[in-house]
Amino acid sequence: MTASLVIVAVGALVAGSAGLVGSFLVLRRMTMLGDAISHAVLPGIALGFLFTGSRAAPIMVLGAALFGLLTTWLVQALQRAGVQEDAGMGVTFTALFALGVVLISAFAGRVHLDLEHVLYGEIAFAPWDLWLVGDVSLGPRALWTMGAIFVLDLVAVLLFFKELKICAFDPETASAQGINVTAFHYLLMTLVSITTVGAFDAVGAILVVAMLVLPGATAYLLTDRLSVMLALAVGIGVLASVLGYLLARATDTPVAGAMAVAGGAVFAVTFVIRLLRQRRRRA
Amino acid sequence: MFANALWVMSGTALLGLASGVLGVFALLRRRALMGDVLAHAALPGIVLAYMVTSAKAAGPLLVGAAATGVLGVLAMLAITRHSRLKEDSAMSLVLTVFFGLGIMLLGVVQRMPGGNQSGLDKYLFGQAAAIVPSDVRLITLIAALLCLMALLFYKEFKLLAFDPGFGAGLGFPMTALDLLLNLGIVVAVVIGLEAVGVVLMAALLTTPAVTARYWTNRLSVMLPLAGLFGALSGVAGTLASQVGPRMPTGPLIVLAASLFFFVSLLAAPQRGLLARLVRFLRTRARTRRSRLLEALYDLAEEAACPQTLAAASPEALSRRTGVPVGAVRRHLARLSREGLVDRVPAPAGLAGADAWKLTAAGVAEAYPLVREERLHLVCRMHEADLDGVQWDAGGRLVAAPETLRQLEALLVQHGMQPRLHPGDGA
Repeated sequence: MTASLVIVAVGALVAGSAGLVGSFLVLRRMTMLGDAISHAVLPGIALGFLFTGSRAAPIMVLGAALFGLLTTWLVQALQRAGVQEDAGMGVTFTALFALGVVLISAFAGRVHLDLEHVLYGEIAFAPWDLWLVGDVSLGPRALWTMGAIFVLDLVAVLLFFKELKICAFDPETASAQGINVTAFHYLLMTLVSITTVGAFDAVGAILVVAMLVLPGATAYLLTDRLSVMLALAVGIGVLASVLGYLLARATDTPVAGAMAVAGGAVFAVTFVIRLLRQRRRRA
Repeated sequence: MFANALWVMSGTALLGLASGVLGVFALLRRRALMGDVLAHAALPGIVLAYMVTSAKAAGPLLVGAAATGVLGVLAMLAITRHSRLKEDSAMSLVLTVFFGLGIMLLGVVQRMPGGNQSGLDKYLFGQAAAIVPSDVRLITLIAALLCLMALLFYKEFKLLAFDPGFGAGLGFPMTALDLLLNLGIVVAVVIGLEAVGVVLMAALLTTPAVTARYWTNRLSVMLPLAGLFGALSGVAGTLASQVGPRMPTGPLIVLAASLFFFVSLLAAPQRGLLARLVRFLRTRARTRRSRLLEALYDLAEEAACPQTLAAASPEALSRRTGVPVGAVRRHLARLSREGLVDRVPAPAGLAGADAWKLTAAGVAEAYPLVREERLHLVCRMHEADLDGVQWDAGGRLVAAPETLRQLEALLVQHGMQPRLHPGDGA
């Protein structure tokens, strides 16, 4: 498999997984959560390093996932305590991020931890980070992690489609029908955390935060049906990652940034076309 | 070293002051994360300015950041106005796409001859220790301008925060005001980036404002208070960073701000969690006391002869009122100290070891409670035929004398009038 293909495939898997769960965030008006989680997991990563002294991915990802869940729980708890949701998010993730930076700075002598690499990991390295079992190479690790996360997200969304749908559109009705709204809230939050953290480990924060909102928001402009929206979001995410890779190749710039920009361009084109159509219909 | 720390401290304090004040308006506009978005959206502008001027002078970088910041705000306005996407989606879209563009441009800068990221990578985390006197002068000037702006446009921003539709109806240019406020936030972000970095600048624009909200319901108080919390965070964070050689100032400032928030969340007088807990416990105690007195009164009334007031064990009272037995015992002890209940020998066949009954004073105390409760019941039964019945904040019945007579008559009609009057009893 060529390196380009691996990068595009990993990008597409990130975009697909994030597009699936991100669509629900768009509907629930919580898209900033991806940004919040991607910052708030820093102390989890730092603590993972400090306690084990290893940079083994599973420990780091576990620490990060725990802090991702902690973030969603704190936002929820603050909201119950009367803090407006966006403010609770802002306070939580900045405090945790600051804590992470302080932890890393305080112990920087003992652990080598490149902040920029942690936060802005580069998808371009994905083809060469191989998963080795003994001496046998099973191919790029990011492909396996993101593939697993995509399957997890897909299975969860397919299994609980009806519940997630009614919770996103009308939580009161859901609760009246005996659906445990809180449990499904946390299911979604867990999926968002796992997706963010897994992708973050494989390809860096920018790409996953972008893909949590771009495909879902673009698809939301195009359809009124949730099932169509989810399929469109995955497709748009894949399109954005292919275009982004081509853009990065053409301009010799970082791939993750280019994929975000390509996603932005896809959104902008969709937005303008829809706007022009509306104008024409009205005229 | 010490003089330098003083410069850093005054710089961060002024920064905290200005961003605290601006953050209040952003918070009330439900755009608490605007600082975060604009801090990210400033990146491409800063990198472009650097590419054009090949210098890290504050002026051009500020202009570049402000330019892309305003572009971001306009994009957000367009998205929310012309599609069904909500503010949060618009904010996330602007944040990620602009930041992605910034990352791409950074890649270009790194390949430019003589170009490197030094200085620009500080953008992410800031470097307060690098603040020099000329920076402080710039921060002072800009912070003063921002506070002046908040003061001059106080009324307009207040409208923008609470009721933009009403403001537009009065003929105020709300879109322009929104842009002006966001421009102010962009400027605060840009001067703050050097000191505390992109994420932490978002914190200075959110946390002090949320903290101030805990202490007051008045905007005119909240603004200076948020400024004060911001400034205190700057001072405390800078002091804390003097402790160790590797302690980064920016994150410590944010942690100080978070600590102020946490303390306020717990201990603020009206909205704090402790105050709410105390209020809850007081209300619960008052309700339980009333329910116990009412239950004892009902029992006494059920006993045929008013001269032998019926007694009940705490367990029976607990079943009757739904109050846990332990709480029943505590309340009975307190009521007996007040002389409202008496402990009597448990009659044969009564479950439990002890029994309690109302004293004459207890009947007098319970009588108005019971009457109120039964009036309430009757009121609910005949809601459609009555008008002008209300309950005040303390749960007391408020009704015109005419309606009250009507209610009394209804009580008698239903056979629900309290039969034990104060003065009856043992």
